[in-house]
Amino acid sequence: MRIGIVDYGVGNLKSISHAVEKKGGKAVITSSPDELRRCDGIILPGVGAFRCAIENIAPIKSEILELVSDRPLLGICLGMQILASESEEGGLHRGLDLIPGKVTRLTGDIKIPHMGWNSLRITRYSELFDGIEDGSYVYFVHSYFMRTDERFVSTKTEYGVEFPSSVVRDSVMGTQFHPEKSGDTGLRIIENFIDMCRR
Amino acid sequence: MLTKRIIPCLDVTFVEGEGRVVKGVEFVNLRDAGDPVNLAQRYNDEGADELVFLDITASHEGRRTMIEVVEKTAEQVFIPLTVGGGIRNIQDIENLLCAGADKVSINTSAVKNPDLITNASDIFGTQCIVVAIDCRRNPRVEEGRTVVKLEDGSHAWYEVVIYGGREPTGIDAIEWAKKVEKLGAGEILLTSMDRDGTKDGYDIPVTRKISEEVRIPVIASGGAGTPEHFFEGFVKGGADACLAASLFHFNELSIKELKEYLKSKGLEVRI
Repeated sequence: MRIGIVDYGVGNLKSISHAVEKKGGKAVITSSPDELRRCDGIILPGVGAFRCAIENIAPIKSEILELVSDRPLLGICLGMQILASESEEGGLHRGLDLIPGKVTRLTGDIKIPHMGWNSLRITRYSELFDGIEDGSYVYFVHSYFMRTDERFVSTKTEYGVEFPSSVVRDSVMGTQFHPEKSGDTGLRIIENFIDMCRR
Repeated sequence: MLTKRIIPCLDVTFVEGEGRVVKGVEFVNLRDAGDPVNLAQRYNDEGADELVFLDITASHEGRRTMIEVVEKTAEQVFIPLTVGGGIRNIQDIENLLCAGADKVSINTSAVKNPDLITNASDIFGTQCIVVAIDCRRNPRVEEGRTVVKLEDGSHAWYEVVIYGGREPTGIDAIEWAKKVEKLGAGEILLTSMDRDGTKDGYDIPVTRKISEEVRIPVIASGGAGTPEHFFEGFVKGGADACLAASLFHFNELSIKELKEYLKSKGLEVRI
């Protein structure tokens, strides 16, 4: 399976690419729509600020939106947040609007960013979480989260508030945590994603 | 719930061009603890939550070796990696992040050039900038110092030391911790030189004080000798993570046993 990892100038792409290869996929790091078109699935990574990410992806936005109509997409961390309709990080900014929702800041008597290992409560079945036990730990680093309709939420995590730690809408998926940094649990999620790209 | 993290630290030097993990007391009597990539893999299998690599040579050659070690580790180990030692500028940071590091730890350079913290966190995000603070107790209590009450009832302030503890700076460690948070540090790696290598336990007074004063995570380091020391570091010190080195390298304590102990004491850990 060829998995396109969208290189739009944000963050460390090595880890996710190693994780894909470890699970038998072929990782293609690229920003070229033609290259992405030849991939069976797409991963949208991301670390940094929302505005920056959405500006960087703007030149290939329409191609991304077209490509996700017939192949799975997995957004990771900021890559999940930009799937939302809008974000209030650093002013109000429009997202890709693939999943109706709004990105807002974590609040409460907590340290921000939310950094470290936290558990998943599985709220809705998705193939992405095949073989993953309820309560499994995954690695997070973020200050914002996506508010969205319950029907798109597949796991929740508690940190100050209970927030959606992963979202699924048909073949568009997002994890607020980093599967590529979440040990064996994360590798299983990557493997599940690769399997979903097979058809 | 967010778990308390256990972080093995691998001090890396190189012998005939190859990275080796070593550990000594105050950087003398170094004992060879093995190949860094193999050790990283072993800790990952045992349940380490993150790994820290420190280049203790802090030399040009050391940095190059470290990049190879990070590249090889990142191919096999899927937990966060922090790398420190001899990082002087943005280019050094970029090289390590591109090699597969998730965070870098800056120590002496942050003291010498605090703007590096701000510039680095603006470019790469605060989450990947760890500021390492090495400190030592100074019993000469003076005005303007943050005085901390010690275990025996006496008082001291904590002075920041650099170049691996060789040079005192006159800087108050608690003030420095607050400042690095404002400058853009995402995390503090706090090492007490009074405790480092002693196995007498973490320096609880300074760990607690800094944990209370900042809103970013604090990693306690220096002095762990028993599972109880980790428990104290988390509960009395308020640390978010506890780091140790030789205790793990020489099989005195396995991460798995340690986590089972912490869980039995009611702490949330990833097992």
